[in-house]
Amino acid sequence: MSGNRPWLAPLLSLVFLAVFVGLWHLGTRTSVGEVIVDPEYAALIGAAAATGGQSAMPGPGDVVAKLWEHVTDPFYDRGTNDKGIGIQLGHSIARVLIGFGLAALVAVPLGFVIGMSPLVYKALDPFIQILKPISPLAWMPLALYTIKDSNISAIFVIFICSLWPMLINTAFGVASVRRDWLNVARTLEVSRLRTAFQVILPAAAPTIMTGMRISVGIAWLVIVAAEMLVGGTGIGYFVWNEWNNLSIANIISAILFIGLIGMVLDNSLARLGRAVTYKE
Amino acid sequence: MSAFRNPFDHKVRLHRGGCSCGHHHSQADHDKAELLEKQALQDRAVEGAIMRALFPQDEVRRRFLKAVGGTTAMAAIASLFPLAAAKEAFAETLGPLEKTKLSVGFIPITCATPIIMAHPLGYYAKYGLDVEVVKTAGWAVIRDKALAKEYDAAHMLSPMPLAISIGAGSNPIPWTMPAVENINGQAITLAMKHKDKRDPKDWKGFRFAVPFDYSMHNYLLRYYLAEHGIDPDRDVSIRSVPPPEMVANLRADNIDGFLAPDPVNQRAVYDGVGFIHLLSKEIWEGHPCCAFSASREFVTTMPNTYQALLKAILDATAYARKPENRKEIAAAIAPTNYLNQPVTVVEQVLTGTYADGLGNVVRDPNRIDFDPFPYESFAIWILTQMKRWGQISGEVDYAKVASDVFLATDATRLMKEVGMEPPTDPVKAFSVMGKPFDPSQPEAYIDSFAIKRG
Repeated sequence: MSGNRPWLAPLLSLVFLAVFVGLWHLGTRTSVGEVIVDPEYAALIGAAAATGGQSAMPGPGDVVAKLWEHVTDPFYDRGTNDKGIGIQLGHSIARVLIGFGLAALVAVPLGFVIGMSPLVYKALDPFIQILKPISPLAWMPLALYTIKDSNISAIFVIFICSLWPMLINTAFGVASVRRDWLNVARTLEVSRLRTAFQVILPAAAPTIMTGMRISVGIAWLVIVAAEMLVGGTGIGYFVWNEWNNLSIANIISAILFIGLIGMVLDNSLARLGRAVTYKE
Repeated sequence: MSAFRNPFDHKVRLHRGGCSCGHHHSQADHDKAELLEKQALQDRAVEGAIMRALFPQDEVRRRFLKAVGGTTAMAAIASLFPLAAAKEAFAETLGPLEKTKLSVGFIPITCATPIIMAHPLGYYAKYGLDVEVVKTAGWAVIRDKALAKEYDAAHMLSPMPLAISIGAGSNPIPWTMPAVENINGQAITLAMKHKDKRDPKDWKGFRFAVPFDYSMHNYLLRYYLAEHGIDPDRDVSIRSVPPPEMVANLRADNIDGFLAPDPVNQRAVYDGVGFIHLLSKEIWEGHPCCAFSASREFVTTMPNTYQALLKAILDATAYARKPENRKEIAAAIAPTNYLNQPVTVVEQVLTGTYADGLGNVVRDPNRIDFDPFPYESFAIWILTQMKRWGQISGEVDYAKVASDVFLATDATRLMKEVGMEPPTDPVKAFSVMGKPFDPSQPEAYIDSFAIKRG
């Protein structure tokens, strides 16, 4: 159906967006009330409080204006605690990539060993089962206390949360390589190392890539929370700082950026995943 | 400047063109001579130390000098031992800063005013320091970052250096508090829906927030509630919420009120979320709030840096103390880089002309004030409350902990150097809600309360 009308889906997306923004606009429309307090008092409080209400959610217009400010000037630096959103996102991305990269370096070889040897798998299984479900943020106080460096602690938290999906997926992928292929390799007297690299790795690659894709998604989720806790730099700190100022328009802008970057990270790993897929 | 000299001081000359001792042409010459004299003394001390090391027996030294003559001896020793370098090295430990690039953590509240304003208004630079003031998310994080030496010094709540030193809530690490940041400057804010419940006796079941367990806010709220017959542990719940999250929680109806540092209270009024029930100064006029703190290790291993930093803070505090400067300070610390608040909110806190959330404009210039002196009796009071609420137990050497942590001596000397007038007695008497506190009888004070733990 959509095959002969390819514009239908994007059109529907736009309709959804318009309906959402419209509802948002209606929901946040501030009725211009009478100022019910004397002018001297009114000057000291926010506009909404002066009319007897609470300051409201910003409308779509306010958010777009803020968004425009961030897009046009993303890399300003007005001191240690006030940097542009581009710089903050850069810090977060760097942390995620370092933590994720380190986790991949550990998880993929370890997953290989676990997948190839049922004995190691059984021995390590209880540890993995216990450590896997721990919220990465629960590690934060321990990390801060032992590592004594907030930046490395944040990276450690990313490391620990990206480790498990990659480890488990690698092990699963390696363990479920088709017996026939391994048998063929054995009949041809291929060495174990060559079997690992030329038979198992390509066979397990799609599963490993799926694990990486899950990991990077989790890492991006966690970095925001970790940076809100630790502060200093990063998009999480930016959200926290604007929360401090109850600046909802800024927070919504940051949320949009977080979503955008998350999508880019996910898409790039999905693309890598497609590159290693094979047809049986 | 003779017009401003004390005419009743015998050391001071009122005529122009002289110095305080009368032997020099001007005060500048006098200072220069004094400096040279100090250097000469230092040099002598170094030479003496070397000679003592070379000749453990004084008689041998004297015989040697008699035989070869003093000048020859000095030249001979200098050829073997780098005397000049040794003198220089010794002089350096008294003069230059050990470290100029420092990192100081703060929480974005007006209590941190001296620490923050010293940055935009150039007080750190004035004392040769390049200080980075870093905004931090909460008290536990600032404590951990300070303990981890990521920060050279930090803004803390005044009970925190005591708690860290005696190991309550963390491992005991000798910590110091060379200066109080601000006095007063807190308030009890309640949600708008409690507008008619102004009597604390009606507050049973309320959920309150304080910034941290080891905070004046916690102790003052508990004290206030207990004095009104409300048991702070059984009749209400008190939880610790970082200041920036308090207004959001009040708005979301997660809490009924809080005793918070400013500008949180004013911000709640600004957004129409709450009203100011009571300023903390009405509980205890002149109570300490936040503190400038550093590890004892920093104080002892980098004495010059520590002194320069403390002087910058004291200097800034002296400036913040003057009501006429408050508007300028509010404008300097309100931007995103520091407090990240609307200027009017910060200004209302600092000037004390504020909206109370109920439609009144209140004028109270002492809403927040800045007095850096760390009175030891403040520390003792804090310790009594820690014990009263079961945060510490057993024997406490109140006076010793107080004088170890609250560095009143350093504050006295450095306050004089920046031209402030320190008090003569490090112990100050005060009363909380009309009840006098005797710092020499801390245990009896704890026993006098009907509501307490343990």
